[in-house]
Amino acid sequence: MLYREAGQFKSSYAADSAILPIRQDRIGLVLILVVAFVIVPLTASPYLFSALLIPCLILSLAALGLNLLTGYAGQLSLGTAAFMAVGAFMSYNFILRVPGIPLLLAFAGGGVMAAAVGIVFGLPSLRIRGFYLAVATLAAQFFILWCLTKVGWFTNYNPSGVITAQPMAILGYAFDTPQEKYLLVLSIVTVMALAAKNMVRGNIGRQWMAIRDMDVAAEVIGIRPMRAKLLAFAVSSFYCGVAGALFAYAYLGTVEPEAYNLDLSFRILFMIIIGGVGTVLGAFLGSAFIVVLPIALSVGVAFLNNTLRLNIPSSVGSNLELMVFGGLIIFFLIVEPHGLARIWQITKEKLRLWPFPY
Amino acid sequence: MQFFFEVLIGGLLSGVMYSLVALGFVLIYKASGVFNFAQGSLVFFAALTFVGLMEHGLPFGLALLVTLLAMILLGLLIEKFVLRPLVNQPQISLFMATIGLSFLIEGLAQLLWGANVRGLDIGIQDEPLAWIADPTGINVSKFDLAAAGIAAVLVTMLALFFSRTRIGRALRAVADDHQAALAVGIPLQQIWAIVWAVAGFVALVAGLLWGARNGVQFALTFVALKALPVLILGGFDSVPGAIVGGLIIGATEKLAEVYLGPYVGGGIEGWFPYVLALIFLLVRPEGLFGEKIIRRI
Repeated sequence: MLYREAGQFKSSYAADSAILPIRQDRIGLVLILVVAFVIVPLTASPYLFSALLIPCLILSLAALGLNLLTGYAGQLSLGTAAFMAVGAFMSYNFILRVPGIPLLLAFAGGGVMAAAVGIVFGLPSLRIRGFYLAVATLAAQFFILWCLTKVGWFTNYNPSGVITAQPMAILGYAFDTPQEKYLLVLSIVTVMALAAKNMVRGNIGRQWMAIRDMDVAAEVIGIRPMRAKLLAFAVSSFYCGVAGALFAYAYLGTVEPEAYNLDLSFRILFMIIIGGVGTVLGAFLGSAFIVVLPIALSVGVAFLNNTLRLNIPSSVGSNLELMVFGGLIIFFLIVEPHGLARIWQITKEKLRLWPFPY
Repeated sequence: MQFFFEVLIGGLLSGVMYSLVALGFVLIYKASGVFNFAQGSLVFFAALTFVGLMEHGLPFGLALLVTLLAMILLGLLIEKFVLRPLVNQPQISLFMATIGLSFLIEGLAQLLWGANVRGLDIGIQDEPLAWIADPTGINVSKFDLAAAGIAAVLVTMLALFFSRTRIGRALRAVADDHQAALAVGIPLQQIWAIVWAVAGFVALVAGLLWGARNGVQFALTFVALKALPVLILGGFDSVPGAIVGGLIIGATEKLAEVYLGPYVGGGIEGWFPYVLALIFLLVRPEGLFGEKIIRRI
C-alpha cells in the first residue's frame, strides 16, 4: 500500500533515467543515509564500530569491487585480497615517502596502483575464461603477497613485516576514535558505491554485462573485449585497493601482508555470492552477513555454554563455528542461489501489491 | 650435474604426489562439471580419520577399511545433500558450495579427531635407495619411489575401471554428455554418487601418502592449492593431464626453488607453479590435454 509507484509520472528524460525512479526508494535511501550518518554515530558503542560497522563497510567496498568484475563483467577472480594488499601497501608508501600528501590522495594513489596491478593480472582474461581464469588469478594472490613480504622497499625494511599504520588526518583533523573512523569510511564507501551504481547502469556497465553474457556476441556488435575486460579489472582493483587501504588504516591499524591472505579473498567471494552476484546492494548485504555470522556464532556458543552449562571447550566451539559457517553457505546457495538481494527484490514485488494478493 | 638430477628426480616424484590430489579433482570435474574445491579437505579428513582410528588401537588393515567406508559414505552424503539440490545452478554456485563444504569437512574432521599434529607411519621409510645411490651418487627417496609406484597402480586401476567396466563406461558417457547419457538410460545420480565415492577413495590414498610425508595436520588442506596449477596445466578434464601436469609442476618447482630461489630471496615455491601455469595458459588456454572448447553465438 505504501510502496507503490502509481501516480508518479515522469515528465522529463532526467526523471526517467534517475538512479532511483520510485519516490519511496528515494525516501528510503535518504532515511538509511540519515541513520548511518547521524543516528548510528550518536548511539553506537565503540565496540560496535570497530568490530562490526567498520569492517562491514570496508569489506562491502571490496565486495563491490569484486562484484563489478565477477558479477557484471563475468570474470571470476580469487585474487581480491592481493589487490587490497597492493592498495594498503602503496598508500602506506605514498604517505611515508611523499611528505604532506593528503590522506585521500594517498588512498586514491593506492587504488590506482592496485588498478595497474589488476590490469597486468587481468591480461590473461583475454585468452582464458571460467575456472582456468579463477585459478590464474590465484597466481596474483600468491605472487603479490610474496613480493610484499620479500621486497623490503614495500615494508620500509621493517624486520617484522608488521607496520603500524600512520595516523589518519585530513586538513589537520585527526581521525582517532572509532566513531570518526567510521564516518570517514562511511563517506568514502557512500561516494564510491554511488559511482559504482552509476557506472553499471551506464555505457561501461552495459558493455561489461554484454561481455559477461556472451563475449563473442558482444565483440560482434562492436564492444572491444580487451578494453572492456581490462577496464573491469582496473576499476574492480581500484575499489579493492581503496578498500584494502581502509582495511589497514581504519580497521587493523597495521599494514601487514598476512591480513590479506587467500582466506580473505574467499570471504569476499562468499559475500557477493550470498549477497547476490551482479547487484550493488548485494555487496552490502553479503558483507553484513559474512561479518556478522562468525560473531553471532561465537556469541551463540558462549550463550549455550553459560545458560545450559554445556562447557563446550573453545576448540570444539571454533570447529562448530567452522561447520555451521560452511553449512549455512551451502544452505544459502541451495535455498536462494541468487542471494539476499534477490530476497529484497521479491519483498519489493510483494510490497507493491500488499495487502492484496494480486 | 648429479645434484641437478637429484633435484629433478625429487621434483618429479613429489609431482606424482600432486597428481594424486589433482586426480580427485579431475574425476569429479569430468563426470559432473563441478570444480570440487573440497578435495583438499577430503584428503585431510581421510588422513585424520585413519590416524585417529589407528590411535584407538585398530590394526592397519581394519583402519584402512573403516576409513575407506567413511570416505565412501562421505562422498555419497555430499552428492545427496549438497550437489543434488544444486543441479542446474551455475558453475560458480557449485564451486562456492564446495568451498563451504571444505569448511564443513575441516570442522568435522577436527571436531571428531582433534587438531593436534600427528605422525603417520605406513611402513615405508623416507631414506635414499642404496642401489641407486651407490653407483650414481644420486639420492632417491624410497618413500617417494613407493608413492610414485602407488600412484601408478592407482592410475592404472582407474584407467581399467573407466575403460573396461560397465560403470566406467557409463561414467565416460555422463562426462561426455549428461542429456544423452540420461536419454539412453544411464542413472545420472547413481553415477555421480559413484564418482564421489571414487574421489573419496583417491583422497584416502593421497591423504595417507601426504600424511606419512608431512605429518597429519591442518596444512594438508593446502595441498589442494598445489594441485590447482597442476590442473590448469594438464586440463581440468584429463586424467593423463593430471599426471603429466603434476610431473611438470613438481620438477620445475623444485628446480626453480634451487636454482632461481637464491637470487630472489627464496620461498618462490608458493607462487612459481601458478605463474608457470599462467604463462602456459596464454599459449594453450585449455591446458595441455584439456578438451578444446568451440564457442558459437
